Amino acid sequence: MAQRSEHVLDSGRLGNLIEALACQGYEVLGPTVRDGAIIYDLVGSAGDLPAGWTDEQEPARYHLKRRKDELLFGYAVGPQSWKRYTHPAEVRLWSAEREGATFRILNDEKPERQRAFLGVRACELAAIAVQDRVLREDKYHDPIYERHRGGAFIIAVQCTEAAGTCFCASMGTGPRVSGGYDLVLTELLGSRGHRFLAAAGSNRGAAILTKLQTVPATEEDRQEAAAKVDAAARQQVRSIDTTGIKELLYENFEHPRWDNVASRCLTCANCTMVCPTCFCTSVEDVTDISGSHAERWRRWDSCFTQSFSYIHGGSVRTSAKARYRQWMTHKLASWIDQFGSSGCVGCGRCITWCPAGIDITEEVRAIREGGRDGNP
Amino acid sequence: MATAAICDPMLPQPYAVREVVKETPDTFTLSVKPENAVNKTAFQPGQFSMLWVFGIGELPISISGNPELHDRLVYTVRSVGQATHALVNLRAGDGLGVRGPFGVGWPAEAARGRDIIVVAGGIGLAPLRPLIYQVLHNRKDYGRLVILYGGRSPRDLLYRKELAAWARNRETQVLVTVDYGGLGWRGHVGVVTTLFKYTRLQPARSVAMVCGPEIMMRFVVGELETQGISQSDIYLSMERNMKCAVGFCGHCQYGPHFICKDGPVFQCQALRKLLEKYEI
Amino acid sequence: METLKGIIAEHPFFAGLDDSFTNLLVSCASNVRFKAGTYILKEGDAANTFYLIREGKVAVEVLAPQRKPIIVSTLGVGEILGWSWLMQPFQWKFHAHAVDDIRAIALDGKCLRTKCDQDHDLGYEILKRFARIMEQRLEATRLQLLDVYGAGR
Repeated sequence: MAQRSEHVLDSGRLGNLIEALACQGYEVLGPTVRDGAIIYDLVGSAGDLPAGWTDEQEPARYHLKRRKDELLFGYAVGPQSWKRYTHPAEVRLWSAEREGATFRILNDEKPERQRAFLGVRACELAAIAVQDRVLREDKYHDPIYERHRGGAFIIAVQCTEAAGTCFCASMGTGPRVSGGYDLVLTELLGSRGHRFLAAAGSNRGAAILTKLQTVPATEEDRQEAAAKVDAAARQQVRSIDTTGIKELLYENFEHPRWDNVASRCLTCANCTMVCPTCFCTSVEDVTDISGSHAERWRRWDSCFTQSFSYIHGGSVRTSAKARYRQWMTHKLASWIDQFGSSGCVGCGRCITWCPAGIDITEEVRAIREGGRDGNP
Repeated sequence: MATAAICDPMLPQPYAVREVVKETPDTFTLSVKPENAVNKTAFQPGQFSMLWVFGIGELPISISGNPELHDRLVYTVRSVGQATHALVNLRAGDGLGVRGPFGVGWPAEAARGRDIIVVAGGIGLAPLRPLIYQVLHNRKDYGRLVILYGGRSPRDLLYRKELAAWARNRETQVLVTVDYGGLGWRGHVGVVTTLFKYTRLQPARSVAMVCGPEIMMRFVVGELETQGISQSDIYLSMERNMKCAVGFCGHCQYGPHFICKDGPVFQCQALRKLLEKYEI
Repeated sequence: METLKGIIAEHPFFAGLDDSFTNLLVSCASNVRFKAGTYILKEGDAANTFYLIREGKVAVEVLAPQRKPIIVSTLGVGEILGWSWLMQPFQWKFHAHAVDDIRAIALDGKCLRTKCDQDHDLGYEILKRFARIMEQRLEATRLQLLDVYGAGR
């Protein structure tokens, strides 16, 4: 990718970016505060952004707290990722009408509005790339994912702080972004004011930048931004050692640690709902009362459910142990054989949103180092 | 190697039922034809389709018909639940939706010039039947054909007339056994692995194709290895829950394999470590 | 025309036996035939013979009240029929009936039992071989019990 020049955008002008995108027909989605969490939703102006908010994240704990400053992106990640827009939780696949003994598929799909995602973290960019590999770069391509993600305008915002459950540094997915965006911003707040270091990652990103009032970035700006992102990396207290992790999990199918985690796991499926790379879905066929109109709907599903592995006669994975093991092994090991990379981007959501506080980084450590009794 | 073009793998194509034939008390064979000329019926033995009954549901069913007959697709369905019940109760002229064909089928190339040992259990004979037709239709491309078939009881056996007809082909041996013999059954009684002792296999030139309940396949693999056939020459057809057939829903994963696109036919060597694992 | 010695010596079941043992077996052996539909052995009868099947199929059966005989397994060419002659109470536990016309070699179990008691080396060789048959039949029977083709659990 050609080296693009960096600019500085005053924080007060971020609203102009939102306007410029809206003028080009994009529906702008960004972080907002709602229900005590950072939620990605429609933003009409900079006033909709979570200025002065940060998040405290620990296993089974998420809490928003007021900052002492007015950073607009001073949090890590919210419960849900951009997956709810690129891979919608509930979507109609198609509808059909009966025609005598046969049927006809109806062509009544409404075109989707183009969207802009403002505030995409490095881990989220990595997650989008992971889902791209699964849903549009394999044997078959998902047209719904293509429709929702395909033209999305991505404004990445690099993390300058890490939350307690973040471990993207050890997964090699952040906090520095490395591609896949139209624009990248790094928020700076210091003696030289509240501003963003901005760079384009694509032609249309560069085009939008020209519409904004910016000044060229100085070397000090660049160094300040780099230092902030490095600080976010160093701040991370959690990590996964991914050396030989595929073999580690494949060869420890009967490790007693699985029984240990099974005694804590509620199989509630929260982790799969908040995980930005989990992609499993199920389908449901419905008709209207007259039976002449049928629809097929697709919705998120989770390998933690009892019926996920059901074939006639019963489910293959009935125990919580088998289901937790399936999820973790798939995420960290099988994914590599299937798609050439890990399925985990180190965002830490599964740790934060697990009601039992199960920590995937700890589970890996326990299997790698732990004693035969399953204890670390 | 031509595979059928899939118009859109997500959309069911309209087909009409030609006939429904009862094979056993709970198993029926459906023959269907495409509504539009545009729909093709070409498939590889071992592949499957997703069959949709309007508004009720969709199921993965192995194609069990003759690949040489281009005007139809044939499926053998066992009625075990609501959706299969709806399928087997269709009548000639009724419409249904078909997606596919999907999956990796029996390895035609690996089998060329070699002796083929087909080992089937119960309804597992259905996805193997197209392979048998293919071998018999191209007889000189293959060596001996040995068909070992085990069923629950005499009335649960599929394709009995065809089994007798196949046995009359040159260089073809057909052996059938049941778990429970009944009145008037003068054939073998015992599990399908007990049939091996009535064969004279030449392991070095043999390829085995196996399909049936997973327990049965596990024991058959053991017996094949005892006979001197290596895992790289044994192929299994696996089954797991399927919702999409195109590798997106995630349900059909078996270890790192997606049964719908990496299978359902697998070389045994690729599965060996998985077969003996419980709840995988 | 094969001799009894030839058939026994070449049969996989007796492979590896000392020549003296093979000769011993031959001295206890004879050719027999059974017509289709007749019983070769019956549950409860004294078990003093075992058979090496040379032609035809034999059905091992259980008789149950109010039902026709239940076939639990069939044995064909090359297989051994009968092991109860080896162990107390030397009594057949099942019926064995000829599905087809049967040609077999009958071996005198009573005679062999005595010889095995006298010569433990021979006894060990015979027991080893029968243990293998029982293992195979037990494994196959367990599989059969699973009713894997049944309509779900």
